[in-house]
Amino acid sequence: MQNEQVEEGRRDFIYLATGAVAAAGVASVTWPLVAQMGKAADTRAAGSIEIDLAGIAEGSQLKMLWRGKPVFVRHRTPEEIAEAENADVSRYPDPQTDTERLVPTPSGEVNPKYLVMIGVCTHFGCVPVGEQGDYGGWYCPCHGSHYDTSGRIRKGPAPTNLAIPPYEYISDTVIRVG
Amino acid sequence: MSGHASTYEPKYAAGRWLDKRLPIVRMGADFMTYPSPRNLNYWYTFGGILTLCLVAQIITGVILAMHYVPHIDYAFESVQRIRRDVPFGWLLQPMHAVGASMFFFAVYIHMFRGLYYGSYKAPREMIWILGCMIYLVMMATAFLGYTLPWGQMSFWGATVITGFFGAVPVVGESLQQWLLGGFSVNNATLNRFFALHYLLPFVIAAFVGLHVWALHHAGQNNPVGIEPKTKKDTLSFHPYYTVKDGFAVVLFLLIFAFFIFYQPDALGHSDNYIQADPLKTPTHIVPEWYFLPFYAILRAVPDKLMGILLMLGAIAVLFVLPWLDTSRVRSMRFRPVARMFFFIFIFACFILGLCGAKSPDDMAFTVGERVVNGESRLIGLNFVWLSRIGTFLYFSYFLILPILGLIEKPTERPDSITKSVLGDKHPKPAVSG
Ligand code: HEM
Ligand code: FES
Repeated sequence: MQNEQVEEGRRDFIYLATGAVAAAGVASVTWPLVAQMGKAADTRAAGSIEIDLAGIAEGSQLKMLWRGKPVFVRHRTPEEIAEAENADVSRYPDPQTDTERLVPTPSGEVNPKYLVMIGVCTHFGCVPVGEQGDYGGWYCPCHGSHYDTSGRIRKGPAPTNLAIPPYEYISDTVIRVG
Repeated sequence: MSGHASTYEPKYAAGRWLDKRLPIVRMGADFMTYPSPRNLNYWYTFGGILTLCLVAQIITGVILAMHYVPHIDYAFESVQRIRRDVPFGWLLQPMHAVGASMFFFAVYIHMFRGLYYGSYKAPREMIWILGCMIYLVMMATAFLGYTLPWGQMSFWGATVITGFFGAVPVVGESLQQWLLGGFSVNNATLNRFFALHYLLPFVIAAFVGLHVWALHHAGQNNPVGIEPKTKKDTLSFHPYYTVKDGFAVVLFLLIFAFFIFYQPDALGHSDNYIQADPLKTPTHIVPEWYFLPFYAILRAVPDKLMGILLMLGAIAVLFVLPWLDTSRVRSMRFRPVARMFFFIFIFACFILGLCGAKSPDDMAFTVGERVVNGESRLIGLNFVWLSRIGTFLYFSYFLILPILGLIEKPTERPDSITKSVLGDKHPKPAVSG
């Protein structure tokens, strides 16, 4: 009798241990099957781009592809800058001052003339059109999101402001994105 | 597969030999003699039509894959080459592209049929749920396929739809980039979409097998929604329904052929004749017509995540419908109130489809004009609000059904299927003068 109970305990143990090893095996085989779909090394390494700001005329915008996404560099007019700086952002869906959306130049000050953003609507990723919409900034035609002259969301389904890519000034007029 | 007593008798020795070892001929024979309710109408021919659609998509698809190049630099051109240079490509490519639309047209009628005749109710819940699974996988397949020609709508449709995954809290962005295999829709995305587009139709075929198995196990529903009681209530599938289905298939193919030969692009979008450009979004993105109602629901809500959840909910609610409809009466023929709501539901689907095709801020109706701060504005209903009304009507159907089953008084139902066909007359046709 006693012997049989011991046997059963042993069997349960072997059963559980086998199951655990099998589960770990299945998991370790599944992981590569899932992970292969992630970004490949060459995609992740897709380097940085340099942009010369001097070539962009006032009131115009440069579009460049970075990591397959458009980057907008807008040379803003004084009116656009004034509008962006004087806005009362406290009631905006995603409150950010204009300065918070800029990066210091080598002198330590920001240059409000040049606004650098990822030109991807934060709703579902369309490319907004410049100088359009109710706030003179950008308008996304896909589902009607309106951004102001600082790329902040004002109206429509997009939840956040247009994103700022990681970038730095390598001289007063050249930036490196990425 | 079929539950009825087998009547197959192999005539030859070889047939008997095989029947003992692999009764596959018997399976086919039993399928063909399956007793089906004698009152099935033309709405019941769409199952057969759908099978034809699936086979046609797989055949034309495998052929297209022989000429198609899944690379962002060549995909667009390779599809144009199929249409212009490949022998009979002008026929085969539209067969596949139009075929997808015809497939959805048929599946929608098939589903509305199920809703009207209560085919989702016990004991047929599994048939219905498997059908919903098929519908889901079909939507995925069609979406993936639409990306392949790599036109502007392909690219931006793929961007918007994969953007849905980015809305998932916390892990959204990683999930989206995992799906795309990059930071945005890129070559890796096109490659994997092609692989999956090739795979999923076979998954559909497997689900169709289960769907038909469940159908033959639980038995077919019929327009009066009462079970066959005697042998007289049923007819052998062949020749009665093979012929009826065949006739419907011919009519269906006429419409199909009209589009292939005269209007191959009518159901598509002209922007897809422009090669994908990641720097420029078309001014007006619309999905294929068969997704429009869901697109309208998505846009009816100002919040991104809520919009997605509501859109998914519109599909998810179909899965639980068998438990939402509390009425014991299946067919809407005998449910005057529910029938009215059914037609409102269909109406809502069309309204949503319309809203999905229009710009949200455009006006659906105007009743007048008003001057505000020197600017004149139209007064009326814009498409956002119309889609809100449509969304409300869509979901209210599923909220009303549980209550309606408890309070509605159904009209009188016939005693049997035979009586519903022949009236109270003696089953032999009465001699008339
Ligand atoms: C459930 C069945 C299927 C559906 C609903 C479907 C749907 C679609 C759609 C909507 C397109 C885009 C057509 C266009 O706009 O030009 C497409 C393209 C394509 N499909 Fe399918 N498909 C199915 C099955 C298959 C199968 C089984 C294969 C191959 C094994 C296949 C291979 C292709 C290829 C190579 C293309 C790109 C060429 C083109 O655009 O015409 N499809 N599919
Ligand atoms: S993607 Fe821009 S509003 Fe939807």
